[in-house]
Amino acid sequence: MTDQITGAQSLVRSLEHAGVDVVFGIPGGAVLPVYDPLMDSTKVRHILVRHEQGAGHAAEGYAQATGRVGVCMATSGPGATNLVTPIADAYMDSVPIVAITGQVPSGAIGTDAFQEADIRGITMPITKHSFLVTDPSKIARAVAEAFHIASTGRPGPVLVDVSKDALQALTTFEWPTSFDLPGYHPVTRPHAKQVREAARMIVEAKRPVLYVGGGIIKSRAHVELLRLAELTGIPVVTTLMARGAFPDSHPLHQGMPGMHGAVAAVGALQKSDLLITLGARFDDRVTGRLDTFAPDAAIIHADIDPAEISKNRVADVPIVGDAKEVILDLIVALEAEHSAGNVGDYAEWVSLLGHMKATYPLGYDIPSDGTLSPQYVIERLGLIAGPEAIYAAGVGQHQMWAAQFVKYEIPGTWLNSGGLGTMGYAVPAAMGAKVGRPDATVWAIDGDGCFQMTNQELATCAINDIPIKVALINNSSLGMVRQWQTLFYESRYSNTDLHSHRIPDFVKLADAYGCHGLRCERAEDVDATLEKAMSLNDAPVVVDFVVHRDAMVWPMVAAGTSNDDIKVARDLAPSWDREE
Amino acid sequence: MSRHTLSVLVEDQPGVLARISALFSRRGFNIESLAVGPTEVEGISRMTIVVNVESNPLEQVTKQLNKLVNVLKIVELDPDSSVQRELLLVKVRADLETRSQVLETVSLFRAKVVDVAPDTVTIEATGSHDKLQALLRVLEPFGVKELVQSGMVAVGRGTRSISDRSARPTDRTA
Repeated sequence: MTDQITGAQSLVRSLEHAGVDVVFGIPGGAVLPVYDPLMDSTKVRHILVRHEQGAGHAAEGYAQATGRVGVCMATSGPGATNLVTPIADAYMDSVPIVAITGQVPSGAIGTDAFQEADIRGITMPITKHSFLVTDPSKIARAVAEAFHIASTGRPGPVLVDVSKDALQALTTFEWPTSFDLPGYHPVTRPHAKQVREAARMIVEAKRPVLYVGGGIIKSRAHVELLRLAELTGIPVVTTLMARGAFPDSHPLHQGMPGMHGAVAAVGALQKSDLLITLGARFDDRVTGRLDTFAPDAAIIHADIDPAEISKNRVADVPIVGDAKEVILDLIVALEAEHSAGNVGDYAEWVSLLGHMKATYPLGYDIPSDGTLSPQYVIERLGLIAGPEAIYAAGVGQHQMWAAQFVKYEIPGTWLNSGGLGTMGYAVPAAMGAKVGRPDATVWAIDGDGCFQMTNQELATCAINDIPIKVALINNSSLGMVRQWQTLFYESRYSNTDLHSHRIPDFVKLADAYGCHGLRCERAEDVDATLEKAMSLNDAPVVVDFVVHRDAMVWPMVAAGTSNDDIKVARDLAPSWDREE
Repeated sequence: MSRHTLSVLVEDQPGVLARISALFSRRGFNIESLAVGPTEVEGISRMTIVVNVESNPLEQVTKQLNKLVNVLKIVELDPDSSVQRELLLVKVRADLETRSQVLETVSLFRAKVVDVAPDTVTIEATGSHDKLQALLRVLEPFGVKELVQSGMVAVGRGTRSISDRSARPTDRTA
């Protein structure tokens, strides 16, 4: 007879079988049974965070940096509800995480018991799937299916909520060898006819663009993408979620499109006659006003999620499939077209975009009052830490500058909260990334507003030997909101001044958390400070870059306006039609 | 806007109704009627959902429904090639003076009386949405004291069953 173990032991053994090497979490009443056998696990390391939100973002950072499923754990009620933000974040950015929560005993469910929250109900619209397990014999299956669902198809967060009595009761362990998911069949192989049609349109197009999104990184299709681009000579734009999917140094790369995209990238989409959309979703931050987006373009839209296709922009050639398989098939179909003598001629188009790129490069002004330019700091950081480093950003101006001025060459080196826009993402995500990739230098590029939402995880980093580095772009305000107030609210700065040049003292705060604290206020000190930070690896480093607060993110397509109305600076529109 | 009837096969799992209704409300759809019950296969339930929408957003909601792990199949049933029925129970005032007229209406609509009290009768009727609306219009003048209606259930005509039908086409093959 198989040995009897508790549900909690079954859960820990299931995590081991799923290949989990690290869990970020905090114990509490309902999940306590799990923490006892977890103590004995030699395979699963548990990292005790300081807030469950930190556990969730750490799991995301781990997943985004490694491509593996990230795991976070919390107790019932407030522990679980504190995971809601990272779960929503993972849902929006298709990050594979499994969240494990304790639940009150099954007999108490529905009685408003102490620390009871219907976390499965609460997270229903923001999870790919969820389980409420009250039978100990079903724990292993739920965990196995959770990892399968989180990591296949379009990745996403899966919640496993387990009642305390199921964790305490005895059961036998059996790791399922197959899944019982009759309603779950992600399509990864593209339809051959659609791919041939796409290839035909590509060779006939005059102004095609490869509009690629986070799906390229999720499907690890960057090598195939590079082959496709070089085979065809088609220009590439990488969305915020796809930074690193195509080398920034590549001549075909036009940059990031969108609200704060490069002029050449936005212009490429607007002037295109064919968008080859791979793993991107026509987000409103990319399209601007939808009815004026890429008005002359036919649309090839390949995505693993059929619901993304024709959701915002109707696709002329819809292709459901995994990005890597789609690209591989597309390469074969294009080679067949090429052999038949049908080769696309995009020379004129590439030269027009080259002109646009040369005329409107990303740039910034150096403040005349001698204060530090935030863009300069980020640009130098990117050069000094290099393309092998991992960069995790918060949300706001510093995030956009980090997307613009750090040059990405490698997928999985740029982590950010793109869809949900979660302030506070950077520090815990960097922590998770560093745990998953201990060999890599991991920089959090954070704002002073974001940082103060989750900086308690510095304690976690210091205690658990997770030496992340934080570049704090401290403009003493909620910078992006302040920028909008400057532009759209007559510079009336309602509640955006954080006074963080005064309070808190971030160097002292770093010191209090057992981290190295550095401060830099002058451009001439930036390189030396960064070199110093790079050399300190015995503890986390926080660098307080005290920067100019009136710097703005440009270019900009104001919310709700057309991409055609992009401004490269206040009241300054590019004239990208000059050549026509 | 037009009425669409979706037949949805789902795994009989706790929470599946909540998942589906939540999805409709999140995407801004109003469910006109919804009926759930077991099917010929153990462990599989069937929902009949009537929605009033444009066809484009319907495509989107169908795709979103298909993404739910517990959803097995979705078929849109065309009123011309399916049998669609609702059940209605209505308590109508019927005193000595009006009772015979009420009973005549009942027989005209092939409905039946399921309960009688001194001054009311309770009528059970099944039929299409339009037929039941017509019945109600006729009964209205007598005085409707209480009305309860089920969601619509529907089944395709002919030999084939829902498991033989191809699901609502998605973009993969469109």
